[in-house]
Amino acid sequence: MNVKEIRELVRLLAGTDVTELDLETEGMKITIKKGQSFHAVPAAQPGMHIVAAPTLEYAPLHPAQGPVAVPPSVAPAQAEQVLAPNQLLIVAPMVGTYYRAPSPEADPYVQVGEVVEQGQVVCIIEAMKLMNEIESEVKGRIVEILVENAQPVEYGQPLYLLEKV
Amino acid sequence: MFQKILIANRGEIALRIIRACRELDIATVAIYSEADRDSLHVRSADEAFCVGPAPQARSYTNIPNIISAATLAGVDAIHPGYGLLAENAHFAEICDTHQIKFIGPTMQAIELMGDKMAAKRTMREAGVPVIPGSLVPLAHVEQAIEEARAAGYPVMLKCSAGGGGRGIRAVYEERELVQAYHTARSEAEASFGNPELYLEKLLEGARHVEVQILADEFGHAVHLGERDCSVQRRHQKIIEESPSEAVDDKTRAALGESALRGALAVGYTNAGTIEFLFDRQGKFYFMEMNTRIQVEHPVTELVTGVDLIKEQIRIAAGEPLAFRQRDIVLRGHAIECRINAEDPKKNFMPKPGRVDFYHVPGGPGIRVDSCLYAGYTIPSFYDSMVAKVIAWGQDRTEAIARMRRALEEMVIDGITTTIPFQLEVLADPGFLRGEIDIGFVQAFLANKTDAGS
Repeated sequence: MNVKEIRELVRLLAGTDVTELDLETEGMKITIKKGQSFHAVPAAQPGMHIVAAPTLEYAPLHPAQGPVAVPPSVAPAQAEQVLAPNQLLIVAPMVGTYYRAPSPEADPYVQVGEVVEQGQVVCIIEAMKLMNEIESEVKGRIVEILVENAQPVEYGQPLYLLEKV
Repeated sequence: MFQKILIANRGEIALRIIRACRELDIATVAIYSEADRDSLHVRSADEAFCVGPAPQARSYTNIPNIISAATLAGVDAIHPGYGLLAENAHFAEICDTHQIKFIGPTMQAIELMGDKMAAKRTMREAGVPVIPGSLVPLAHVEQAIEEARAAGYPVMLKCSAGGGGRGIRAVYEERELVQAYHTARSEAEASFGNPELYLEKLLEGARHVEVQILADEFGHAVHLGERDCSVQRRHQKIIEESPSEAVDDKTRAALGESALRGALAVGYTNAGTIEFLFDRQGKFYFMEMNTRIQVEHPVTELVTGVDLIKEQIRIAAGEPLAFRQRDIVLRGHAIECRINAEDPKKNFMPKPGRVDFYHVPGGPGIRVDSCLYAGYTIPSFYDSMVAKVIAWGQDRTEAIARMRRALEEMVIDGITTTIPFQLEVLADPGFLRGEIDIGFVQAFLANKTDAGS
């Protein structure tokens, strides 16, 4: 499925009463919810690239020609999390690859629902073969994990959404 | 040829490099600080990484984050632009270690030319004339006094670790020297972390004339003529032009030959500029070498037709220079005005802000290199240059006429810029006659104050 087809789908949906559409096709799964920004989930296979949905509103300076590499960061619109008053974010303090556990076989440092203390190690960001343990600067309960294991992250990228306890 | 390049810079030069990559079909990766999220250079690149918060040291010169971004994006090369990490030998070395090509000279050349005294000694040994003064850093104030006597007043105290016009102090009489020496040392320590000073004769009424060179990795080198950058305010260039009114063909050949001899002596590769002081007697003296592309490179591009950034990329990619010295011909005249977000009426105080309306001048012979756009807010964390306007004409008169026309057309609403000041300079009879030297702006501003304007 390409950007044109996704756009067409959104356009079709707009004219109906349908509020939510889940579509799974070869190598791609799309969830479209009316009234919210939608996101396309990258396929499992590494070769597939799609344009992150919010860029439909965000006009790149040059027209995309065929598959466009996804910017390694979260697309701008998604990165602007609107936080409720009782919510907190843990963001990446450096550029690197995010890992949720100390090693592939080990358990993740933290899970959704867990309460994290200030100074507790929540993940690893690897940069140039060095594993850096990232400590939380806040205390809170993990509501959502915002990044995938082995995802490249940039400075300031939100990693965990927490609620205050 | 490279597949993907990371641009380790921001603003207009980052955009310039992205444009060259686009023309060469090379994918681009931009880096940005949190303050530059909306910058044009970020939007123009194929990929972009946030590498830190606004302060430069934590983002644009944050080597670990930049190298991390480079390895994540899988780039083959990094272009450092000018300033920031461009003359950081350590950064060049780290790129090497990670098998990422640093688009510039070797780390050894950067180190050697970064040490102003070592550079001077090397040039002198290569037979390039140097400014009378220190050949080793001043060990104590008595040495300064001795050397000043030998060179003759007035003299300049300069920081060994300085450059880019910073850390310079003029001394006109011996009785001022001791105080100036100690103050300059403290300032040098504070600004560059290195209190070492050296001393040079102050050549009054001299012109700042610099020579652009390109050298490939096979030993071929050419010079691309000179740029006259005498119109400076506090050692910061405001207006640059090529060719220099003071340089005839014979002198140009001599300058070029000296520049190339110096570059050869340090095994230089890629783009570089050798800065000279050109005195009233027509003699030139080596001042320093800049081992990077310079802000004012468009001036040379317009008179020679050579795209210096593309040449930098080609040289770094291992291509031999496609031209010989005889292929370099200077045609016409080019002038550049650096437009800064500063208030000329308030002693050029930097005034960042939001650009409400932006209109770029056009027409024959006008080029604008800028990251401005309507709605853009200029961050306060970086230097105040917001645009470069370059005009080319068949001769100096036409270039000046086109520049004045362009600056009058240009609209940058919402902020104060140096444009009114540059327009005044461009109307000055002395400037029009080509009578400029490094004291020009100071004299110009002094005359204005006297005239009560």
